[in-house]
Amino acid sequence: MTNNHSLLEIKSVYKAFGGVEALSDISFSLKTGSITGLIGPNGAGKTTLFNLISGIFPTDKGDILFNGASIKNTKVHKLVERGIARTFQNVELFESMTVLENILVGQHTQTRCGIWGSITRLPWVSVEEKKARQRAMELLDFVGLREHSSKTSSDLPFGWQRLLELARAMAAQPKLLLLDEPAAGLNIMETLQLGELIKKIRERGVAVLLVEHDMSLTMEISDWIVVLDQGRKIAEGTPRSVQDDEAVLKAYLGTASKKVKAESRINRKNYK
Amino acid sequence: MNSTTRNSIIYVIFILAVSLAGYYINNFYYLQVLTFIGINTLLALGLNMLMGYAGQISLGHAAFYGIGAYGTAILTVHCHLSPWLALPGAIIAAMLVAYIVGIPTLKLSGYYLGMGTLGFGMIVNIIFREWSSMTGGASGFIGIPPLELGPVSFSSAKNYFYLVWGFVLISIIICRRIVDSRVGRALRAIHDSEKTSAAIGVDTSKLKLQVFVLSAGFSALAGFLYAHLILFISPGTFSFITSIRMVTMVVIGGMASIWGALLGASLLTLLPEWLHAFSEFEMVVYGLILMTVMIFLPKGLTKGILDIIERMVKKHDQ
Amino acid sequence: MQEILQYLFSGITNGAIYAVIAIGFSMLYSSTELINFAHGEFVMLGALGMVTLVGTFHLPLIFSIIIVVVCVACAGLVFERLAIRTVRHPEPIVLIIITVGASIFLKGLSMIIWGKDAYTIPAFSSHPPIDISGAKLLSQSIWIIAIFLFATLGLHFFYKKTLTGKAMKANAISKRAAWIVGIPSKLMVMMAFGLSTAMGALAGVIIAPITMCSYDMGTMLGLKGFCAAMLGGLGSLWGALIGGFLLGILEAFGVGFVSSGLKDATAFLLLLLILFVRPGGIISSVDVKRF
Repeated sequence: MTNNHSLLEIKSVYKAFGGVEALSDISFSLKTGSITGLIGPNGAGKTTLFNLISGIFPTDKGDILFNGASIKNTKVHKLVERGIARTFQNVELFESMTVLENILVGQHTQTRCGIWGSITRLPWVSVEEKKARQRAMELLDFVGLREHSSKTSSDLPFGWQRLLELARAMAAQPKLLLLDEPAAGLNIMETLQLGELIKKIRERGVAVLLVEHDMSLTMEISDWIVVLDQGRKIAEGTPRSVQDDEAVLKAYLGTASKKVKAESRINRKNYK
Repeated sequence: MNSTTRNSIIYVIFILAVSLAGYYINNFYYLQVLTFIGINTLLALGLNMLMGYAGQISLGHAAFYGIGAYGTAILTVHCHLSPWLALPGAIIAAMLVAYIVGIPTLKLSGYYLGMGTLGFGMIVNIIFREWSSMTGGASGFIGIPPLELGPVSFSSAKNYFYLVWGFVLISIIICRRIVDSRVGRALRAIHDSEKTSAAIGVDTSKLKLQVFVLSAGFSALAGFLYAHLILFISPGTFSFITSIRMVTMVVIGGMASIWGALLGASLLTLLPEWLHAFSEFEMVVYGLILMTVMIFLPKGLTKGILDIIERMVKKHDQ
Repeated sequence: MQEILQYLFSGITNGAIYAVIAIGFSMLYSSTELINFAHGEFVMLGALGMVTLVGTFHLPLIFSIIIVVVCVACAGLVFERLAIRTVRHPEPIVLIIITVGASIFLKGLSMIIWGKDAYTIPAFSSHPPIDISGAKLLSQSIWIIAIFLFATLGLHFFYKKTLTGKAMKANAISKRAAWIVGIPSKLMVMMAFGLSTAMGALAGVIIAPITMCSYDMGTMLGLKGFCAAMLGGLGSLWGALIGGFLLGILEAFGVGFVSSGLKDATAFLLLLLILFVRPGGIISSVDVKRF
């Protein structure tokens, strides 16, 4: 086992696609029960990093450790079993299935019934199915979609689809939740509600790694921020320290200016 | 009422329908046709699990139909096994072949998967044709024994009708149970998006292979029943055209619908019989029907007709 | 030595035929991403068309060839317009069944017109077989290879040098980009169908003298031509060539040295091999699109 409490360790990760460098020498770590925001201008490599952590691509150099063990050569679905779940930038629901069924599939790694089990319908199978449905309804309660459990998922308005995808990811009972731009396309009210929801997820002991362009949301809920720009890590720290960081401001705005720093201080005051 | 009760009622209705049909119909020809519908339903059910639910294309499934038929022929005639022992033997043989072939083939997708299964099907058909010492070659395999269980002889058309439809009921129950379970949901997830289902923890390779093997089992069962009905088999019955017919049954009946499989099997068994009236025009009409249904009702008849009804109801309400 | 040469001649002859059929498949696929299961029937129509025009009506050869190819190409256009363009949700499985339905339809039509008998026509020239080191080369084989070369070079020229050809290629690479620069996509697809079926008909034309032509000859030829196209690399002209000749030669040697029953199996074994090892085909250097 590990000697520290790091749940996820990114170690000198490098990834290139056909000669184009996407990520270079990225290192940071995050702890259990924390919310880490991953920010950076477009093209910084955030989604690539997500894809590496969730096992869609392998790293070219460097390693990623989850709970002290490397995730190298581990298939995507196996990582879910180990405790990493994610949502997608463009909501990827199972459109032909109902809201409830989406959550039930999300519990695939937490249930055991296979072909034999389903054919024979032994008592343990019915018990497992009942428990799974109960848990699914609890998750729907958590995101506030209980009344819509039997609707086809593609019939939901976009904001609710995002919530459903979040609940589906939680269904896998992950230790680490990767959220890929969860607030994209949401209005202000929905974004605030999302923020509260993510904080509640943290209270449940799940670590969250969040990629977001909505700065107010990210700064508001994150315990720690990692900033990427053009494939490199340019800053890391508490939201406060990152907001004033020269390199960060330069990356986003082109130049660091006193005016911008003053504005960001005022914004922070309005939040806390 | 919950789904278990509803399913039980449906099964009872099914049993009643079959019993009534068996009781009142004495015409040998009609019984034979109904028996064939049953055998084709088994083929459609298995393939429907693979194509309709898991979303994988197979253009060579007649191979498993043939392995079931030739399997039982070889085991009962060459090895002198009782047909009732040959049944699991033939099914296991088909499932084994499916397992071995499935591992590399299911890594392909879309057209390539269709092509891979097509190639496999053609090769198996050629083996049936060329391995004369075992299979009797192109002239076929004769002398397959009829079935009997104690005092009951299944040489009569009526008894065989009951036998086949008994197996159909069991198969429908099996498929229904799989579809309504964790496995069924995972399959439908794979069908919707293989990438996403992997991302939420579904072992897609393993599940696809399992369904492929299962569907081979159903086809082999159909092959067994076919062999002991006709008592003669030849490679021509398990050809590319048969594979296409199987696919057509599933697609036209309606994919991802167990009753769609029954509908498709019924239609595609009855259609050639009805088309006999057209004699020369049989193939022309058959081809036209395939094209027309696919162009206008690509989701199959079951869903297609339901959609039309839904739209008519909506219009009426407005 | 004489045996090997004989197999080689037979292999090259068949190879040229497979190549022409494969080119038809590949060309259509590259323009439309469609695999036409009815392609073999267009080959059959070409062959039986020749049988009627040359065998029954004794029309002059060149004249017949042109008429047959043009008519079958038109049939291809009609097919595209009626059966393909009208499809609203073109998923692979739907298109497969439609083209299979078309294949059955065309077979049925041919059965009505020509019956179940098998026909053939005399070779294009009545030259006796040429003797090369004891192996006999049929005059028709030379015709086949010549026409094949003519067709291939013609297509190559068409794609590389003419505006229409380049437009078709552009449309195949990216429909959207082609649309932006004003290339009429529907027209391009129609032309692709027409050209593809024309190639199929041409294959039928050149094969007619050396085989027994009947209403059901198309299925196997189509499947084998498809295997050849996959072998070389679906969507590529040169791939179709390589695939066709490779298949023809391997098939001939297989029949000669192993067993004649295995003739048909060669194509499908090669198909499986290429699918498992290198789905992009022999010429693929890029990662395969396993769509």
